[in-house]
Amino acid sequence: MADSAPKVMSMHAAIAAHVHDGDTVVIEGFTHLICFAAGHEIIRQGRTNLTLARLTPDLIYDQMIAAGCARKLVFSWAGNPGVGSLHAFRRAVEGENGPRLELEEYSHFGMVARFAAGAARLPFWPLRNYMGTDLPRANPRIATVTCPYTGEVLATVPALHPDVTIVHAQRADAAGNTQMWGLVGVQKEAAFASRRVIVVVEELVDESVIRSDPNRTLIPGMIVDAVVLEPWGAHPSYAQGYYDRDNDFYVAWERISRDRDELRRYLDEFVHGVRDRAAYMEKRPGLATRLKAKQRHASGVNYGF
Amino acid sequence: MATVAARELADGEVVFVGIGLPNLACNLARATHAPNLVLIYESGAVGAVPERLPVSIGDPALVTGSLMVCGMADVFQLFLQNGRIEVGFLGGAQVDRYGNINTTVIGTYERPRVRLPGSGGAAEIAIHARRTVIVSKLSPRAFPEQVDFVTSPGHRSGGVPRDALRMPGAGPVRVITDKAILAADPEAGELILAALYPGVTAAEVKASVGWPLAAGRDVGCVDPPAARDLELLRRVLDPKKLYLKG
Repeated sequence: MADSAPKVMSMHAAIAAHVHDGDTVVIEGFTHLICFAAGHEIIRQGRTNLTLARLTPDLIYDQMIAAGCARKLVFSWAGNPGVGSLHAFRRAVEGENGPRLELEEYSHFGMVARFAAGAARLPFWPLRNYMGTDLPRANPRIATVTCPYTGEVLATVPALHPDVTIVHAQRADAAGNTQMWGLVGVQKEAAFASRRVIVVVEELVDESVIRSDPNRTLIPGMIVDAVVLEPWGAHPSYAQGYYDRDNDFYVAWERISRDRDELRRYLDEFVHGVRDRAAYMEKRPGLATRLKAKQRHASGVNYGF
Repeated sequence: MATVAARELADGEVVFVGIGLPNLACNLARATHAPNLVLIYESGAVGAVPERLPVSIGDPALVTGSLMVCGMADVFQLFLQNGRIEVGFLGGAQVDRYGNINTTVIGTYERPRVRLPGSGGAAEIAIHARRTVIVSKLSPRAFPEQVDFVTSPGHRSGGVPRDALRMPGAGPVRVITDKAILAADPEAGELILAALYPGVTAAEVKASVGWPLAAGRDVGCVDPPAARDLELLRRVLDPKKLYLKG
């Protein structure tokens, strides 16, 4: 249903309205377009008991786990890509006392299939997978079904229905019609699977810009509840065509996250110590110049008839 | 290890590139003997031609100039499950006698001593790629008789052989280490010694694995890396030593 209520709002207002204690929250984006700005605002607003779901928890969920937002993690690969470990995550699950964080673990294919089922409003998704692995033993929600046509036994994973999915993208219009390019991960499936959707963009554009290139629209405004304009909101992740990944920060996280006090100092300074993303960027002079993307434009296509 | 792993790839093959050293090996192969290698990353880049060594498998340089960028549902369903991946590269903290890989936990799942990252796309690559190549440094800790947790299945898991488990791919055919190459025995599915690096003895390799390692009929000698390859690795592909240590 087309809703006439204005969707464009500040990050503070979007998180206050759509992320509640105890929610299942998805901030997706595979390496690309991970919305750190939203994660930081959730930390600032002190949300607790969240179930955090994402293929790769990445630094953002490590920070949210360290900040005490999470009760449970649903995931498929919990490392610092190209660097090593997520130490807040490891501290929460390792050792004799057992995990302080509930885990529900799949492989990437399994997580992708969970979002696909959720997006299609099916109870589960079949996949040819998991035979010979210990994953179904670790996670009994990975089950099997017998194909009624061939008799083949297939693995199944249950649909995932987030309460809220937060998607970062290059641009959207005021109605939330969202365009994205570069690696798109499972952003589309996660948004369609979700009860509420927040879109965070580098640029807010006129509807005519969206309509000039409709094949690039991944998420239609009809499923979007809030649109937030937050340039650099994905840093230290990246936005293709806008800014590069801050690999130096990913490397630095190994040192920061290893030490509880250092991690707390990081959160104090760069999360609690700033009001919004603009203030965060002011604390990092030189960052924008260092990471700004070079020009590599596509040749356009003719949509005429 | 990177140069030896790169030799496993033939020109024109479709390879699913994993994180870490395999990333370097695949890009080395593409820069040398296999210019038509099709690199597919689980992040959705197909036919990637990275102008810099990707730090992660979701690097923006994988997108620029690639043949196709698709969503991850397409990567796993239309490429991997569809049977389009010829070679998959896998690494892991533990590799056992039957080529099972553990990237999940050291210790028990419920009370892990060390929590590792988990599967990522490795479990399905191990199941579906037409063949896989494992890259891992040799040590008794890394090569136990049995892994603590089977993340990615090899030739025999829980006593059941791979074909009885109806896995589409052939599984790990070779294991590239820093001292030797192991290969899967086609009958038993067990890893056996296939070739030694120059200056390494069979006894040394046998002492580094947790099971009585059998030797293949003709244990070969691994050619040392060509000077040109080392130059490429050190000066062009990985000048910041992201993957190359020492």
